[in-house]
Amino acid sequence: MRILINTSIEELKEKAIEMRKTAVTMIHKAQSGHPGGSLSAADLMTALYFKEMNIDPKNPTWEDRDRFVLSKGHVCPIQYSALALLGYVPYEKIYTLREYGSPFQGHPDMKKCPGIDISTGSLGQGLSCGVGMAIAGKRDKKDYRVFALLGDGECQEGQIWEAAQTAVKYQLDNLVVFVDYNRLQIDGTCEEVMPLQDLEKKFAAFGFETKRINGHSMEQIVETLDEIRDSKNGIPKCIVLDTVKGKGVSYMEDVVDWHGVAPNDEELQQALEEIAGGLK
Amino acid sequence: MSIMEKTLDIKKATRAAFGDEILKLGKENKDIYVVDADIAKSCKTINFAKELPDQHINVGIAEQNAAGIAAGLATTGKIPFVSTYAVFGSLRMAEQIRQEACYPMLNVKIACSHGGLTPANDGGSHQAIEDMGVYRSMPNMTVIMGSDYYSTRKLVEQAAKIYGPVYLRFTRGDIPVIYDENEEFTIGKAKKLNEGKDLAIIANGDTVHLALEATRLLEKEGVSVKLLDMHTIKPIDREAVLECLEVGRLITVEDHNILNGLGSAVCEVAAEEGKGKVRRIGVQDQFGESAPYEKLLELNGITVENIINTANELLI
Repeated sequence: MRILINTSIEELKEKAIEMRKTAVTMIHKAQSGHPGGSLSAADLMTALYFKEMNIDPKNPTWEDRDRFVLSKGHVCPIQYSALALLGYVPYEKIYTLREYGSPFQGHPDMKKCPGIDISTGSLGQGLSCGVGMAIAGKRDKKDYRVFALLGDGECQEGQIWEAAQTAVKYQLDNLVVFVDYNRLQIDGTCEEVMPLQDLEKKFAAFGFETKRINGHSMEQIVETLDEIRDSKNGIPKCIVLDTVKGKGVSYMEDVVDWHGVAPNDEELQQALEEIAGGLK
Repeated sequence: MSIMEKTLDIKKATRAAFGDEILKLGKENKDIYVVDADIAKSCKTINFAKELPDQHINVGIAEQNAAGIAAGLATTGKIPFVSTYAVFGSLRMAEQIRQEACYPMLNVKIACSHGGLTPANDGGSHQAIEDMGVYRSMPNMTVIMGSDYYSTRKLVEQAAKIYGPVYLRFTRGDIPVIYDENEEFTIGKAKKLNEGKDLAIIANGDTVHLALEATRLLEKEGVSVKLLDMHTIKPIDREAVLECLEVGRLITVEDHNILNGLGSAVCEVAAEEGKGKVRRIGVQDQFGESAPYEKLLELNGITVENIINTANELLI
């Protein structure tokens, strides 16, 4: 069953506010984690979890479910927010992020957290796993789709491109790759550290159907997901999302140093207030 | 006829055992997959690829990707065997296997030809002397090398049956057939080839037939030798090693660096027990080069003669 398939754009925007609040709250409690990339991916993650993906929180291992691969595993707080809000895990568990025994490990652990389809955390590896899931879906004649979220920085890893060529060879039209193109990585801008050139053109050159959209426009995200939903043309899809790292919290936006730092008490209060106002 | 008397004149590569067994398993179970990285012909999975194309994936020369795809397949209930050469299967994809197979305890098998010095004339770049040690260090991993065609087939069959990551290593070249077709093997349980009380020899893989020949010669000289085929080095059959420690004098023989392989695993047990005197025969922590396989074994002292000499030193 597809949950909340008719969620409106306005409802999704409200959910995105809850998602962002939950993510910064858990990172604040843990005093550790990655807020910048969690916030840049928040709108896409909201659309996927609250509208697009065919999933059942009561049956996380349902074999016909859509799969989600968080290849940029360090932004798991935003995925955990979705899982907590949907009831995969009791909401209070958000306060155990990165603690001993928590389902919410520092990076996603499929053995500890229901709703995680593959453990990630080492960059560059997730897309290959998604390709394996999508091949299995095709061979088993299942209708499920596989959604993989990549970071822009991790596209510097060669394995991403090994996986991309395989997705095209095996005609995985059941695979959708998203790149969260927030332009920052730990040591600086992607342009400074290792220029990515035109990611959309790169995926297109590998044989993907591509589109580049504003990753903070819920309208554009939903419209794009609507467009590709029923595609059975034998071509994998890649959506490059232009995003802002830290989006929704003014002092974090486009600031490299908010990659992996937790807000203090005052910063949290300001963040929650700003997020509550919605995206500008 | 007991194995002690059996002639060792029939020879077969254990990579062929993998190719034959995986085809049989694939026909019996449609969840068995092979993920190749271009070298299906050499790894003997080519018949699987031809006969079972819906259970076969060839990712090209991209081993890291092969590992990840196998993990993705495993999450859907498939039993993927990643097939490549041991150097690439252990080192090129080591971190992918750690992250995506061992850490999440997924049912991924890594099945590698060209173990140890067996790709002899390919040179040092292709001789995997560290592979079993690499995988022995990873939690949840089982590490196996069969000693002949039939034992390898049985161990591949068992690897498909147990849940969790398994590393299997095969020979490129032909090695003597030691066992009968119907001999049974259990992962994690050493195969006892001879009972003895003066000395114990523990070997695995392509060195077992050398240890067997050495045992026969020593027995002729009146030395009573206990001989084990330790096809599984992780989990090590501790009980079997303890029996050898009771004998007191131990020699380990392996076509692998003497660091981190069979010899190390046995020494760990010996040190913990504070018993036994162990001598390790294996690759002497040095890279190989292009040469005949027998020459490379000789350069490292992995020979019948050296096993006997080492035995005599221990027996003084």
